[in-house]
Amino acid sequence: MFFNEEFETLPREALEALQLKRLKAMVARVEKSVPFYKEALAKAGVTADSIQSLKDLQRLPFTYKQDMRDSYPYNLFAVPMEDIVRIHASSGTTGKPTVVGYTKKDIETWSELMARSFMAAGVHKGDIIHNSYGYGLFTGGLGAHYGAERLGASVIPMSGGNTKKQIMIMQDFGSTVLTCTPSYSLFMAEAAKEEGIDFRDLKLRVGIFGAEPWSEEMRRDIEGKLNLSAVDIYGLSEIMGPGVAIECCEAKKGLHIWEDHFIPEIINPETCVVLPEGQMGELVITTITKEGIPLIRYRTRDITSITYEPCICGRTHARIARMSGRSDDMLIIRGVNVFPSQIEAILMGVEGVEPHYVLIVERKDNLDTLEVQVEVGENLFSDEIKHLQALSSKIEKQIKEMLGVTCRVRLVEPKSITRSEGKAKRVIDNRNKA
Amino acid sequence: MYVEQISIFIENKFGRLAEVTRILGDAGVNIRTLSLADTSDFGILRLIVNDTEKARTVLKERGFTVSKTDVVAVEIPDRPGGLADILQVLDGDGINVEYMYAFVERCGENAVMIFRFDETQKAITTLTSKNFNVLPGERLYSM
Repeated sequence: MFFNEEFETLPREALEALQLKRLKAMVARVEKSVPFYKEALAKAGVTADSIQSLKDLQRLPFTYKQDMRDSYPYNLFAVPMEDIVRIHASSGTTGKPTVVGYTKKDIETWSELMARSFMAAGVHKGDIIHNSYGYGLFTGGLGAHYGAERLGASVIPMSGGNTKKQIMIMQDFGSTVLTCTPSYSLFMAEAAKEEGIDFRDLKLRVGIFGAEPWSEEMRRDIEGKLNLSAVDIYGLSEIMGPGVAIECCEAKKGLHIWEDHFIPEIINPETCVVLPEGQMGELVITTITKEGIPLIRYRTRDITSITYEPCICGRTHARIARMSGRSDDMLIIRGVNVFPSQIEAILMGVEGVEPHYVLIVERKDNLDTLEVQVEVGENLFSDEIKHLQALSSKIEKQIKEMLGVTCRVRLVEPKSITRSEGKAKRVIDNRNKA
Repeated sequence: MYVEQISIFIENKFGRLAEVTRILGDAGVNIRTLSLADTSDFGILRLIVNDTEKARTVLKERGFTVSKTDVVAVEIPDRPGGLADILQVLDGDGINVEYMYAFVERCGENAVMIFRFDETQKAITTLTSKNFNVLPGERLYSM
């Protein structure tokens, strides 16, 4: 079942011809309208006219998340603000978020790609989509919402949190599709069980899970406990939001990336050399139709591999493998992006805290937990329990307020955090991502 | 009139208390009395020893976080209501007790309590004016 059969099954040759045409047009747009790209392209010695084949993409400069931060908030936008109809943002390392803007056409494209993604996952008109992705600056909620409406399905804009109510609505409204993070789906199933509700008795048929890394084992676990077909979805706000790539329900083997709108490359993150099909490396994406904020060779930092092998579902678009990690130190905790440097900045803002800390991430009862261990040196020490407890809760509160993630601060003895030569080991991630 | 107390930050981990007491023992430091305040993650061990400086030095050398706090030792008549009397006097003057614990040895017929007040000097003035016997540190260290 296709949402846009013509484009989803475009023969490889025609698809690549379309990509080249759109790439050239996009480069021509940004070299005129975005000073950052005008400079970067001139430096690389590339003009839109000099792009002759898709191979020439490799001559184009990379765009890094840092470039987006440096352009805060609107300097990478390629159209006047009056043409921007929506603004989203994701958290950044410096407290300033990464901002993206969408034109009316961008929203239409996003809605279509998300509708295609739903369809690929086995969702269709007539389904009741229970959307538990967060609504707000985060792209997850609204991205899935618009796609659901575009598809013609009934969408319940639940957003995250309030698990009891989620379960009640799912049960009473007869939801057939669930969209949320994979860990939250299991958390809800467990919570329902305590209320005497078995998720397997609900009408849920399809689960579309993303925004955090998960494993094949977890898929089996979810499918068993929720009695639905679970598919992996990929997206990032810089590129668009959810719906950049999705698994098809037929194969569930790799995520189709919508190549008529995005050109994926896999590179070695250190040498920046483009890697051949099948090799693991960093995913780099060029947006070729975006108007609001087109990006050339955006470094996603996500580690995956790509295959162009035909898929049994009939789609001709390449498939990327399930994300297997990050080439930087970003953590995804309950769908929230967290950089250790953000936590460090908060800790350093607390008087007496020394730069010795470690973050321990675990998955307990299917929910990610973050523990921040802070060494208690003489400057921090008080011989009264209440002062130390006030200190822990102060740090917990600041992290919650600034990063939106709940954590537990644990005070530890000096030198109990392992010192290492060179790069300190700041993160112990005990989640099973195998 | 203050008594020196050392406080040590201890994680709730197997064997930490044993290690602290062993370090002190090996250094020839004698513990006069102690109290342990604890939470689920950590505890604060408060000690009065015969040689505060030495105890502090050896523990710091072994990487412990140690601080010195001034506390007050008061003789309390060993009879029903003895402690209540003293707390009532303090309460009357608006002085708060942050924490307190008992000293192991008795002083003649009386018990000895160790107090940490929010206003140490004021507490001593109040207590002495009401004829309570505040013991100097030197007496405790060698008691």
